Amino acid sequence: MMKVLVVDDERDIQALFEQRFRKEIRNKQIEFEFAFSGEEALKYLDLHGQEAVLILSDINMPGMSGLELLARIKKKHYMPPPVVMMITAYGDAENYKTAKELGADEFLTKPVDFKVLKEKLNINS
Amino acid sequence: MPQWNNKLRWFVYAGIALLVLHFAYRGSDVVTQWLALLLLSGLMYILYDNEVFKQARFLLTAVVPYLVVTAIIYLLTAIDPKLYNLWKPWFEAANSFAVIWGFGTWFITRRQRKELAKARERAIEEEENNKVITAMKAQLEVQVAERTQELTQQKEELELALKELKATQSQLIQSEKMASLGELTAGIAHEIQNPLNFVNNFSEVSNELIDEMKEELATGNQQEALEIADDIKQNLEKINHHGKRADAIVKGMLQHSRTSSGQKEPTDINALADEYLRLAYHGLRAKDKSFNAEMKTDFDENIGKINIVAQDVGRVILNLLTNAFYAVTEKKKQSADGFQPIVSVITKKSHDHVSITVSDNGNGIPAAVQEKIFQPFFTTKPTGEGTGLGLSISYEIIKTNGGEIYMQSKEGEGTEFTIQLPA
Repeated sequence: MMKVLVVDDERDIQALFEQRFRKEIRNKQIEFEFAFSGEEALKYLDLHGQEAVLILSDINMPGMSGLELLARIKKKHYMPPPVVMMITAYGDAENYKTAKELGADEFLTKPVDFKVLKEKLNINS
Repeated sequence: MPQWNNKLRWFVYAGIALLVLHFAYRGSDVVTQWLALLLLSGLMYILYDNEVFKQARFLLTAVVPYLVVTAIIYLLTAIDPKLYNLWKPWFEAANSFAVIWGFGTWFITRRQRKELAKARERAIEEEENNKVITAMKAQLEVQVAERTQELTQQKEELELALKELKATQSQLIQSEKMASLGELTAGIAHEIQNPLNFVNNFSEVSNELIDEMKEELATGNQQEALEIADDIKQNLEKINHHGKRADAIVKGMLQHSRTSSGQKEPTDINALADEYLRLAYHGLRAKDKSFNAEMKTDFDENIGKINIVAQDVGRVILNLLTNAFYAVTEKKKQSADGFQPIVSVITKKSHDHVSITVSDNGNGIPAAVQEKIFQPFFTTKPTGEGTGLGLSISYEIIKTNGGEIYMQSKEGEGTEFTIQLPA
């Protein structure tokens, strides 16, 4: 079962994901955790490090940005190293470049195309 | 005159000859005397007779009495010496008188002539001066006319320039408004995108859920179907919520671009500060992707509503926030990694006023600059990055709303702006 940590400051993201993946959740294919800030995400990772295999993070968040979170995750060298995908409304080249440089595995733009996301997750699982 | 020069020269020779004669031959006194007299008379006659010598005629008046007296004396001494001796004193007196008369006349005439000449000279000079003066006057009048025309032209040009400046000034103020609106636009676009995403996503999901619900109903799973129905209901509520959110953002943006109606209305200052805080943040993020700052808020719950022109005060808050964000971003660029930019907004109610404080931990404002920051067109930003109007407009707005705006800053540590408004 894939454990996914979703990091986004919008709380309704949780409801959205839980509904979009309701079948997968019901079938125990995937389990979601939600963090509403970079700090929360790191706290979760510190507690459950190796469990979360995949992290989906928004870039544009108050406080610690998604890119900063990405950098810190990569620096901490969790074992096994989690796959980090950035989801964001700012789909521009600069963000893309920075994300790639920092080691992001994927870069998705909002609005999230859940079909595409599901494909990518299947590829990664 | 030249022809006379020669003739007169003969007289001179003759005179000299007579003198020589007189001194050489003592005995010929009488002869020389008579010859001298004749010579002089001859000279006088020439003077009298010729137009050429008109000017020297006074000499006649001077000399003739002497000639006459001398002639009489010579005649008398020749004809009747006894009679002459009888009246000698008288004759000598007359002679002396005639000589004196001669010299006197000569002197007086000379002086008269000199004075006349002087007067004439003066008159000529005056006329010359007058001519010059008249010429100068004419020239001056031409110059004055030219200058007047120049000045009138300059005045017109200046009036035109002043009109243009005023127009430019209002343009600048408007563009400052537009610039702050522009800053908002990107943030607003982002702000709207989020709720719109939810509206789209939740409607899609709800659509799918309805299909699922139909399936469950078909297979008789009423419990499951009811649960799905609850989810759908929640989704619709969320759709409504996010739709309203987008609507409010658009309304806010329109209000900001519209020229303020200037109407004071009861306004929730906490909501206003919060809205503009988020808008400012997103706006700056849109401009500078690497921008990030921690935002702290501390809103006093007891404020309620105060009477202000919401749109204008909101613009002020936006301006202060933009400045604060700029300051911390600048500091971050110059600082080591550990620096955490913080911008905070605090609202507080005192007994007769409400204060809104925007503070940042940026570079602060140097003491030398502090008293200038509210001046129009004063900015420390590089050319093209700021109009320098933000704070001066903010100052005006707060004043118009009956409030005060203060600044406290320490160089290297941070800055704090406080708006006080009557409650």
